[in-house]
Amino acid sequence: MLSRTAENLFWLGRYTERAANVARGLQVAHRLHSLSRTFGGAEDEWRGLLVASGCDAGFYAQHDNASPEAVTHYLVRDPSNLSGIVPCFEAARQNGRAVRTALTVEMWEALNDTWIELRRLPPDVLEADRLTTFLDWVKSRTLLFNGAAIDTMLRDDAWRFVHLGTMLERADNTARLLDVRHQWLQPRNGTGGAVEYAHWQAVLRSVSALRAYQWVYHSRLQPRLIAELMILRPELPRSLRACFARVEQTLEAIANNHGGTRLECHRLAGELHAQLRYGRIDAIMEQGVHEYLTLLIDRTIELGTQIGAGYLSG
Amino acid sequence: MPAMSQSQTAAGSAQPARVAAFDEMNGSGGLREAYAGIDQWLKGTTQEALDRKRREAEVLFRRIGVTFAVYTEGGDPERLIPFDVIPRVLTRSEWDRMAKGLSQRTRALNAFLCDIYRDREILRAGKLPEALILQNEAFRAEMQGFTPPAGIYSHISGIDMVRTGPDEFYVLEDNCRTPSGVSYMLENREAMLRLFPELFARHNIAPVGHYPEELLETLKSVAPPNCPGDPTVAILTPGAFNSAYYEHCFLADEMGIEVVEGIDLFVDDAVVYMRTTSGPKRVDVIYRRIDDEYIDPLTFKPDSLLGVAGLIGAYRAGNVTVCNAPGAGIADDKSVYPYVPEMVRFYLGEEPILSNVPTYLCERPDECKYVLEHIGELVVKLTRGSGGYGMLVGPHSTAAQREEFAARIRARPADYIAQPTLALSTCPTLVAAGIAPRHVDLRPFVLSGKEVRIVPGGLTRVALTEGSLVVNSSQGGGTKDTWVIDDMPAGSEK
Repeated sequence: MLSRTAENLFWLGRYTERAANVARGLQVAHRLHSLSRTFGGAEDEWRGLLVASGCDAGFYAQHDNASPEAVTHYLVRDPSNLSGIVPCFEAARQNGRAVRTALTVEMWEALNDTWIELRRLPPDVLEADRLTTFLDWVKSRTLLFNGAAIDTMLRDDAWRFVHLGTMLERADNTARLLDVRHQWLQPRNGTGGAVEYAHWQAVLRSVSALRAYQWVYHSRLQPRLIAELMILRPELPRSLRACFARVEQTLEAIANNHGGTRLECHRLAGELHAQLRYGRIDAIMEQGVHEYLTLLIDRTIELGTQIGAGYLSG
Repeated sequence: MPAMSQSQTAAGSAQPARVAAFDEMNGSGGLREAYAGIDQWLKGTTQEALDRKRREAEVLFRRIGVTFAVYTEGGDPERLIPFDVIPRVLTRSEWDRMAKGLSQRTRALNAFLCDIYRDREILRAGKLPEALILQNEAFRAEMQGFTPPAGIYSHISGIDMVRTGPDEFYVLEDNCRTPSGVSYMLENREAMLRLFPELFARHNIAPVGHYPEELLETLKSVAPPNCPGDPTVAILTPGAFNSAYYEHCFLADEMGIEVVEGIDLFVDDAVVYMRTTSGPKRVDVIYRRIDDEYIDPLTFKPDSLLGVAGLIGAYRAGNVTVCNAPGAGIADDKSVYPYVPEMVRFYLGEEPILSNVPTYLCERPDECKYVLEHIGELVVKLTRGSGGYGMLVGPHSTAAQREEFAARIRARPADYIAQPTLALSTCPTLVAAGIAPRHVDLRPFVLSGKEVRIVPGGLTRVALTEGSLVVNSSQGGGTKDTWVIDDMPAGSEK
């Protein structure tokens, strides 16, 4: 496969996943904002969302304050923000278009229909009472794209690079989401008041795992268990462990298809996965969730760079 | 007027004034403060915008699958309960007082249930006629001599409240068997949050979303004495054709527990197991949503296909807890209702915080006579009826209906009670003609385990037909989101 093709497929996977993650993050922030009379100030919420989306630097270069309206606009349709929902889908479509023949018809249509709809997005779609419906639609478009890929793609390198992009992006997103709320997960904050509770719920909602938590633990929300679910539990499809298991597995399959040569990205993916597979939540809590995640986010970036160096830039 | 039952008069429940209905938003002397934010919002919102939101809410409920089946009707078997987009508001101090009263009342009801199936002290003290209990259909002789864990029979109680004035709240009835509707309380809140986020940003509304967790804690807290570890809890449903099936699944999903039917369970050596792909799994607490008569064919209806043979044996052996306990229905029987204030005094030694609606028992000849003479002013209820069936609202009835009811009362007086027609409070409600007052009631849910837990709010039901006092969903009633807000609410916002 051409390196350029691999690169387009990899970023196709990343951008579609990113759009849905931003949508989920925005929904949670707006929910907390609506409930801020009950649960206290939500200003940090907007700043946190920008940090989690990796958009804080770009945003503050243009704005002084993170108002709900400004952040929402920036994360949905501001053309200067390449991690915003509309630009993500545009970039995904461009990547897809460059490798049309590597995509199935179903994938292409899912992508293209989304783009067509987004081009005629009404101006009032960002208003508070319309936004949730729009963000639900965004999530459903990524679900459709992922479903089309899973159901219709040949399991060859094209599939592997799309999937690798999706999983790496998902891992990065989970780590960042958890990290911006790490202060709510400290044991000293574990008093279980209504405010803590709302934030714990928000962490879980942002990875659509509120009910999953109940099914796994059958108990009240506890910061330690929330962290364990999102970092170490293999059953949760958005946990760091589940994502890195898929990343490692996919990289292995790519290596096997390339004469068995393993590169730095394989070593790094294997190390990250092993660390998550054998990690213990108590040790992570003791070390500090923030410290642990900061390190992990850096390694994830490094892994992305190594995948690029190994396969994507020829 | 004849003397009403002794417990009644002693309850201090004054006869409610028969005046025009109290409107919870506009009161008698202008806009009430709790509704200042709602008033502002309604003034700034067009009828079209509200109609659009109402339609959006319907689409949402359909998509989630919040539907309610009504047995007696043809047509759509998965009907939506109409949802009204204008919330009903209670202030924190109104709520706190009510919550105290609810807690008191359910503690008394549970104490009564424990007593009536064991020592019957209340009967020996002559506070309640023995025949009323022992010959009641809801009395379960099978439970005699048994004390359930923590002494709780009614773990989930729905206490229906009505309001007739700024400070006048009455208990209309107690529901101690399998009260439903809590999923509407939760889904209504979610729908409102989605449809009107800006309205939430202006109010400090007490959250209700933790109800499923409180329920799970409550159920776990009454695990049976022989429970081997962290209790396994399951919901027992009659199945997908039950009108409240959605609620059973919703609660199971929120709590992360299995929703089981009778065929999924079996009893071996007085222990209850679920059939699972990894073999039998022991079940410790069963939140059953099946009526008493059907839960165990060995003990109750032998032809029941919904229940589990041997369940009651396992219960009595201390190997499983059934919630609510069989026999809890004796406490919410309409003919027992007049005695609840007396139960509060007898068991708790406290004065009842919540008042009863004055009630005439037709089995007492003088009260029966009064009822027959005043049938046009009273609400007549079948003691065993529920869901608004078998009920006559005197002032809204035809002469023929009154005749028919009078004949039925004469034939079987013990089956009927009557109450004055209360001027139920009204709340602004969105109807075809615009915003208009409609009568409402409130069903808060009280959880009783090792402790009593009440989530602030409840399910507000609204009679959508003008002037109608019947709020039951099976009779075309709708629901509203119910807010408990701070006493110094909106209007003071930034």
